[in-house]
Amino acid sequence: MITMEHVCKSYKIAKRNAGFGEACKAFFHREYEVIHALDDVSFTINNGEMVGYIGPNGAGKSSTIKILTGILTPDSGTVLVDGRIPYKNRIKHVKEIGVVFGQRSQLWWDVPVIDSFELLKDIYSIPDKQYKQTLEELTELLELAELLRSPARQLSLGQRMKCEIAASLLHHPHILFLDEPTIGLDAVSKLAVRDFILKQNKAHGTTVILTTHDMQDIEALTDRIILIGKGKILMDGTLDSIKNGNGSIDENIASLYHTYNI
Amino acid sequence: MKKYLAFFRLRSAMGLQYRAAALAGIATQFAWGFIEIMAMHVFYTENTDTFPMDFPATTSYIWLQQAFLVLFSTWMMENEIFDSIVNGNIIYELCRPVNIYNMWFSRSIADRLSRAVLRCFPILIISLFLPLPYGLSAPAGLQYFLLFLITLALGLAVTVSFCMLVYVLTFFTISPQGLRILFTSSVEFFAGAIIPLPFFPENIQKIMELLPFASMQNVALRIYSGSMDNTQIQKAVILQLAWLVIITLTGKILCYFAEKKITIQGG
Amino acid sequence: MKKIYRFFKLYSHYISINARCMMQYKTSFFLSSAGQFLGSFNVFPGIFFMFQRFPSIHGFTYSEVLLCFSFILLEFSLAEIFARGFDTFSGIVRNGEFDRILVRPQNEIIQVLGSKFELTRIGKILQAVVMFIYGIKKSNVIWTFPKISAVIFTLIGGTVVFTALFMIYAALCFFTLDGLEFMNIFTDGAKEFGKYPAGAYGKKTLLFTTFFIPYALIQYYPVLYILGHDVPFTYIFLPLAACWFFIPAFLLWKYGVRHYKSSGS
Repeated sequence: MITMEHVCKSYKIAKRNAGFGEACKAFFHREYEVIHALDDVSFTINNGEMVGYIGPNGAGKSSTIKILTGILTPDSGTVLVDGRIPYKNRIKHVKEIGVVFGQRSQLWWDVPVIDSFELLKDIYSIPDKQYKQTLEELTELLELAELLRSPARQLSLGQRMKCEIAASLLHHPHILFLDEPTIGLDAVSKLAVRDFILKQNKAHGTTVILTTHDMQDIEALTDRIILIGKGKILMDGTLDSIKNGNGSIDENIASLYHTYNI
Repeated sequence: MKKYLAFFRLRSAMGLQYRAAALAGIATQFAWGFIEIMAMHVFYTENTDTFPMDFPATTSYIWLQQAFLVLFSTWMMENEIFDSIVNGNIIYELCRPVNIYNMWFSRSIADRLSRAVLRCFPILIISLFLPLPYGLSAPAGLQYFLLFLITLALGLAVTVSFCMLVYVLTFFTISPQGLRILFTSSVEFFAGAIIPLPFFPENIQKIMELLPFASMQNVALRIYSGSMDNTQIQKAVILQLAWLVIITLTGKILCYFAEKKITIQGG
Repeated sequence: MKKIYRFFKLYSHYISINARCMMQYKTSFFLSSAGQFLGSFNVFPGIFFMFQRFPSIHGFTYSEVLLCFSFILLEFSLAEIFARGFDTFSGIVRNGEFDRILVRPQNEIIQVLGSKFELTRIGKILQAVVMFIYGIKKSNVIWTFPKISAVIFTLIGGTVVFTALFMIYAALCFFTLDGLEFMNIFTDGAKEFGKYPAGAYGKKTLLFTTFFIPYALIQYYPVLYILGHDVPFTYIFLPLAACWFFIPAFLLWKYGVRHYKSSGS
C-alpha cells in the first residue's frame, strides 16, 4: 500500500531574463524564484490497483514519482510504501519496485539485450532459478525470443520498449512505475504493451502507477485517475466521473484542465 | 557586418550568463600560469646564464598566454561545425545565401573574441599587480604595445584560418577525431604553447620561426615583452601576413571542392 | 566475505560488458587510443628540449625527470580508465542517468564506476611505460624487492589519489553543474606539475604537496628511494599513506548524494 500525506516539495530556480544588459546585471546579482512542485499532496493507493497519474507538463508528476521511488526527499509530509519510507532506506526499498522511464533507456546500447539482463541479474542479486523462470515467462508474454540476441541500438522503438519493461520486471517488483511507457510507439506496439501490463497486473497483482499524456493508455489500463496541476491534487476518481456527455476522453481532459485553469 | 556584431553580442551575453563557468575558467588559467611560472623558475634558479629570455619577460609571456588562451588554442574548435559536417546537417548551411567559408571564419573570430574579452581582463589586471618578477610587466613601450595589438589580431586570424583548414579537411576524411588530435597536438608544440620558442636549440628555433605555427601566439607575446628587435619584428609581421594569405586561400580552394563534392554526392 | 565476492563479481561483469561494447567499434577504439598517445606526446619533447639547455634540475637528470613524469602519467591514466564514470559524472547527472542508478539496489559508487571504463587511455599508458623504461634504464636502477614494492605502491597510491580527485569533481556536480572546470587545476594541473620532481619547486610547494594534496607522496619520495638517494626505507610506504586523501573525497561524495536526494536535478 502506498500512502502520501501532506507532501510538499519546492525548488529554487534562477531567473534569467533576455538581453545583454540583463545578462550583465545577472552576472553580479542573481534572483531566484521558488517553485512549488508539490503542494500538500495526499493520496492512498492499494495493492494491486492500477492508477493513472495525469496532468500537464510541469504539474508535479515526475516529482511525485521521484519521491515514491526514493530519488527525492520531500520537504515535509509523510510517505509510506508497503511500510517503508522510500528515501530513508533506499536500497531495501528499490529492491521491491520497478521503474520504466519511457524517454530513457536502461539497456546497454551496443551489446545484445540479454547481456543487459544478465547484468541486471547481478545488480538485483536474483537467484539463478528465479531469473530463468521469470525470463522465460517474460519472453513468452512479450514475444522477446527474437529480440534478446540483438543489440539494443538495432531494435525499433516498440521492440526496445518491450525489452525495457521486461528489464524492469526481472526482479519481480510488487510495484511498477511507468513514466510515459507508450511515448512514440506505433499502434501495434502500444496495444502489445498495454495488453502485457494488464496481464502482469492480473497474474501477479502488481500495483501499477502510470503517468502518461496518452488518454487511450488511461482508458485501456486504469480505473482510477489522479489529476495533478500546479503541485496540487485536483481530482481523484474513476474514469467515468470525468466522462460527461459525449466527446472524446481527450476533449474531456482538456476541458478539465481548462476548468482548473492549469 | 551587422549580423556578425549581433552574433558577437549574443555570444557575450551567453558567456555572462554562465558566470560560474567564467570564474572557473579564470581561476583555472591563473593556477595554470602559476604552475608554468614555478616550473620556469626551477630552471631559472638552476642556471641563469643559459636561460634564453629575461625572467620577467618569461612571466609576462606566460600571463599573456593565459589571458588570451581562447584566442589561440586550436583544441577549442567548434564542435558544432564538426557535427554538422559528420551528420550531414551541413546541407542546410549550403542552402543559405552566404559564403560558407566566410561565415564560419567570422563566426569563429567572434566566438573567440567574445570569450577572450570576458576572461582576459581579470587575469591581466591581477597579474599586473603581482610582485615582479612573478607578475606581468608593463609593455616595453607604446610602439611595442601597438605592435602587440596588431600582431595579436594577425595571430588570431592565422589561428582561425588554420582551424578552418582542419574543418574543411574533415570533408575529405573518415575520422575527423584523429585528424583533429594530430593537428592540435602539433600546433601546441610548434606554436610555443608548451615552451616558448626561444627555449628551443637555436638551429631548430630558426626553422620553427618560419613555420605558420610561429605566426600564431609567438609573435605578439614576444613583442610585448620586448624580446624581439625591430628587424625580427618586421620579418615576423611579413611572415604572419604571408601565412594568413596562403592558409586562407588554401582553405577557400579546398572549401570550393568540398562544396562541389557534397552537391555531387547529394549529402 | 560474501559481500566482497559479490562486489567483485558485479565489478568484473561491468568491465566485461564495457569491453564488449567497445569491441563493436574496433576502428574507433584504435584511433582514439592513438589519439591519446599523440595528445599527450607533445609534453615529452618539451621536457627534452629544456634539458638540452639545462643538464639537470635540483639534482635530477633528464632521465630521472622522465621517471617522475611517467609515474604521474601512469597514475593519472589508470585513474582515468577506472574512474571515468566520475570524470564524466556531469553528463550522468544532466541526462538523468543518476535517477536510474538510485532506483537500483546497489551502492551508487560501484554503479558509477561501472558505467564507463575508458580503455582508450591505453595509448597514454603505453607512452608512460616507454618513458618509465627509458628512465629506469638510463638511471642505472638496481632492482631490489623494496624498490619493486615502491613502484607497485606508488601506482596504487597514485591511482587512488587521482580517483579521489575525480570523485570530488563528481560530488561537486550534485551542487552545481556550472564552473567545475576549475577542478582541472587539480587533475590536469597535477599532470603539468608532475612533469618535474615535486621537490624541485621549493620548500613551501613540497610541504603543500606532502600534507595537503599528496602529489609528492605519489611521485617525489618513492622516486628518491628508487633512484637510490640516501632516504629512509619508510619512503616506500608513503604512496600508500597518500590514500588518506580518499576519505574526504568519499565523505564529500556521500554528502553530495544526500543533497541530490533532497533537491533533485
